[in-house]
Amino acid sequence: MTAETERDSMDFDVVIVGAGASGLAAACRLMQQANSAERELSVCVVEKGSEVGAHILSGAVFETRALDELFPDWKARGAPLTTPATRDELYLLKDADKAQKLPNALVPRAMHNTGGDQTRYVTSAGNLCRWLGEQAEALGVDIFPGFAAQDIIEDEQGAVRGIITGDMGVDADGEPKDGYMPGMELRARYTLFAEGSHGHLGKRLIQRFALDEGRDPQHYGLGLKELWDIPADKHEPGLILHGSGWPLDKHAHGGWFLYHGEDNQVMVGLIMDLSYQNPWLSPFDEFQRMKHHPVLAKHLEGGKRVAYGARSITKGGFNCLPKMTFPGGLLIGCDAGTLNFAKIKGLHTAMKSGMVAAETVFDALANESEGGEELSAFTEKWEQSWAYAELKESASFGPALHKYGTLVGGAYNFVDQLLGGGKLPNLHDTTPDHAALKPAAECEKIEYPRPDGKLSFDKLSSVYLSNTNHEENQPCHLKLSDPAIPIRDNLPKYAEPAVRYCPAGVYEVVEDDDGQPQFRINFQNCVHCKTCDIKDPAQNITWVTPEGGGGPNYPNM
Amino acid sequence: MKILVAIKRVIDYNVKIRVKPDQSDVDLTNVKMAMNPFCEIAVEEAVRLKEKGIASEVVAVTVGPKAAQEQLRTSLALGADRGIHVQADERVESLGAAKALAKVVEEEQPELILLGKQAIDTDNNQTGQMLAALTGRPQGTFASEITVEDGKLQVTREIDGGLQTLELTLPAVVTADLRLNEPRYAKLPDVMKAKKKPLDVKTPEELGIDVASKLALIKVEPPAERKGGIRVSSVDELVDKLQNEAKVIS
Amino acid sequence: MSILVLADHQDGELDGVTAHVVAAAQAIGGDIELLVAGDNVDAVAEAAAKLDGVSKVRVADSRVFAHQLAEPLSELLAMLADDYSHVLAAASTNGKNALPRVAALKDVAQISDIIAVESADTFKRPIYAGNAIATVQSSDALKIITVRATGFEPVAEGGSASIEVVEQSIDNSISAFVKESLAESDRPELGAARAVVSGGRGMGSADNFKLLDGIADKLGAAIGASRAAVDSGFVPNDMQVGQTGKIVAPDLYVAVGISGAIQHLAGMKDAKVIVAINKDEDAPIFQVADYGLVADLFEAVPELEQKL
Repeated sequence: MTAETERDSMDFDVVIVGAGASGLAAACRLMQQANSAERELSVCVVEKGSEVGAHILSGAVFETRALDELFPDWKARGAPLTTPATRDELYLLKDADKAQKLPNALVPRAMHNTGGDQTRYVTSAGNLCRWLGEQAEALGVDIFPGFAAQDIIEDEQGAVRGIITGDMGVDADGEPKDGYMPGMELRARYTLFAEGSHGHLGKRLIQRFALDEGRDPQHYGLGLKELWDIPADKHEPGLILHGSGWPLDKHAHGGWFLYHGEDNQVMVGLIMDLSYQNPWLSPFDEFQRMKHHPVLAKHLEGGKRVAYGARSITKGGFNCLPKMTFPGGLLIGCDAGTLNFAKIKGLHTAMKSGMVAAETVFDALANESEGGEELSAFTEKWEQSWAYAELKESASFGPALHKYGTLVGGAYNFVDQLLGGGKLPNLHDTTPDHAALKPAAECEKIEYPRPDGKLSFDKLSSVYLSNTNHEENQPCHLKLSDPAIPIRDNLPKYAEPAVRYCPAGVYEVVEDDDGQPQFRINFQNCVHCKTCDIKDPAQNITWVTPEGGGGPNYPNM
Repeated sequence: MKILVAIKRVIDYNVKIRVKPDQSDVDLTNVKMAMNPFCEIAVEEAVRLKEKGIASEVVAVTVGPKAAQEQLRTSLALGADRGIHVQADERVESLGAAKALAKVVEEEQPELILLGKQAIDTDNNQTGQMLAALTGRPQGTFASEITVEDGKLQVTREIDGGLQTLELTLPAVVTADLRLNEPRYAKLPDVMKAKKKPLDVKTPEELGIDVASKLALIKVEPPAERKGGIRVSSVDELVDKLQNEAKVIS
Repeated sequence: MSILVLADHQDGELDGVTAHVVAAAQAIGGDIELLVAGDNVDAVAEAAAKLDGVSKVRVADSRVFAHQLAEPLSELLAMLADDYSHVLAAASTNGKNALPRVAALKDVAQISDIIAVESADTFKRPIYAGNAIATVQSSDALKIITVRATGFEPVAEGGSASIEVVEQSIDNSISAFVKESLAESDRPELGAARAVVSGGRGMGSADNFKLLDGIADKLGAAIGASRAAVDSGFVPNDMQVGQTGKIVAPDLYVAVGISGAIQHLAGMKDAKVIVAINKDEDAPIFQVADYGLVADLFEAVPELEQKL
């Protein structure tokens, strides 16, 4: 799509964008097949994070089904799955002090993490990806961390033919600095887009190829997560808590999690539906005050927070899942939206989508495909997979919550899931998240309590723990289609919600010398969560890739 | 001439460190690691000398765990010709590293040895100086500029309060300071080529040295927490506090 | 135990850091002797003899020690070290240049930048740019140590140590001094400065930024700016304190007219001591400042300059 710059070019059979669960599973599966067929295959993975895992953030309780298929001997290979889920608790928080613990029998089937025929593991998705990256490299995959896919290469027939990596060494005005290095063309017969939730190229592909035609608008959550060291006597490896209710109300949905992992660590987080209506709401501050509830606080008190991060979650599920094929490539994992929100799990389905993609692409290449074709065989294969069946079963889970609220919706889900899944009529939610906001004047302003510095913290010290960094002298990677909108439209109508929905303090409204409001973007703070690109009521903010290697450096997230 | 450039694998400078709860050390599990920034500058300088035709070969060397080969590959991607890995999985202090490097110097006979002035993990600022002593060579520490002419090396050093220029007889040891240069980005094809460049692995035993340290790490603690600040009512009180309480001015 | 302290000196004057190093030697305990090595250093030796707690000053006066080149200096120290249990120097560029070399010559470890003495063989030192404090214990018979001056109160003057000449015949053919440029007005680089004075939007104009020169000169500080000041065009981009990554946290950070926007706070949070001067008492900067002064900067800054 950009052609002005003279660029070097390299050719691969397959280029994969993003070293996450789906991209790496695809890379491994491709190479496994090539190796067993004794066929030369060049597979390259580009990753915008400074290393594999640097940008990965997830709960996570992990189901091994896809991994069992990919590496049946994953235990022997040292996969970082060492903490089996041992106990499930589900709470409905009534108010700041009270909570109701749901009896196990009333917990929706999908939300069970213990029992049944399989073991789930409390793990760090980042570490899982680090391990998958090692497996992929050992199989012969070339992984390039620190290189962001900035653009898509399309041929004259409109087929995708690879990607262009981002330019390095460009100053804030777009001029080359010393050491300027133009991005490269990475040409491929097939390109797999696995950028995770709301990827910037995935978003373009969905528009370009109308992949979402006939689907409900996609829905997102914002996941905020912290990692805590807690006293050893409070630690119960494998204990899993989920809950909802306070401090969110009936117009703002979300759920929290608190998992006991290994090494006396606890991961705690809030998934805030981005369909919330009140522009005064701040997901970050909801999360901070939520931790003061006794049900959560009792696990955290006496502990120390060691990491913080945030990432959007593509949670629309079955009804919103776009077509995943287009000429020359596939959209996989959360970039498409394969997460099973009923289970609050997406790693296993993302991996499965990557593996199905790998099998389809390999078949095509084995049949001497020159690339650039639309691999319709994928759709067929995918729709026969257990992952697809799982998504179909929980199709109404999210819409029920949106439509009926957490309590009644939860009951609907309970009955629906108890009946065996997907027996009640399929529900749809057709309001996109960015259109859900009501004018600020019609909503109650929310006064959040000051953080106490023990259980709750300010945004600054939180962003600090994400280890995020961007070279300062580079173009801002948060593009405003119309720079006037934030102050002219959003501020009077919605009190510029970016200031509050951004979990990293990127956006500020400040006064200039004449006391006039100004919109400021501190892009250096950005943790690449994509919430602004999703929630801005004017859809005026476009997230693009900053210089490769920038962004958070999450350890163990 | 041949240049030997020594590098170290350290925690990435963007990452905020976390002390292990048992205070035995800093937690490095699954933390982003990278080449020490000062070492990156040393590699860049070596590569530039090669590009200018002054150096004929750049050999990168590291002393450290197996994973440090990742950083050796990075230096190969940045332009070093081959790598030497002295594999030592236990904690190696500066003296042990300098002994290992001295053996490599003996084998390789480089005319210039470049290092970073200090590693951002232990902040010791010792290895270059120790290596110079062990090999009996002159040293130019904290270098912000180097030029090679007629078998002599002119090195400008960043010293307290200004700059000092020395002339050293080659072979010499130079440690890089921040202003020596601005390292380049690795190019993607070079990252691929780096995987195929030669990389020798040796052990301290093979080199006939003992890298064990006589310095025991007893405890690692986080620094005292920033205490809640106070308001001062006047400039006099501020000066007094800075002098007598914070002791940052004299 | 006996301790040899290497004196730091420049242009014929004893450097103030030496009194701090002597204090560290006192904390270790034992007989303390000072070494003055240089060219024409009688005055330095006399000044050194006045430091409290010093029993003897040993002087190696020779052309070969001019400019404190590491090669001959370390040879001298290695020659003398056998008489001592500890050799100490300031963690100045001089001390850091020479002492590791001495340690390697004696085949012992060197301990850098100590900020506290736990016992004669156990010391505290900052690692990871001060983000952690390590306690290390040496089992070497000889301990070679550089001392961070701010960790120790300087000893007073009032002593009268004996002065003794060191016999030596060290030469140096491998390194030579060419030139030195010590510019007084040349401020340290922002990223490496021990002290930083930073101005924000409250400075009001590019001209007013000059107000900070005075205190920066007195503190030996670099001058920085908040993003707001850069955006307002008061100062160039390279003065911005923010998340530039390679920032080394200063010991003292003085924020003048800075409200404390998030990325600025993140950029200076690691400073050891933060001073904030701002007229808005609700400015977020006060939440992280160790010493906050609510005042009009145009009055407070000139007064501070005068009183420093």
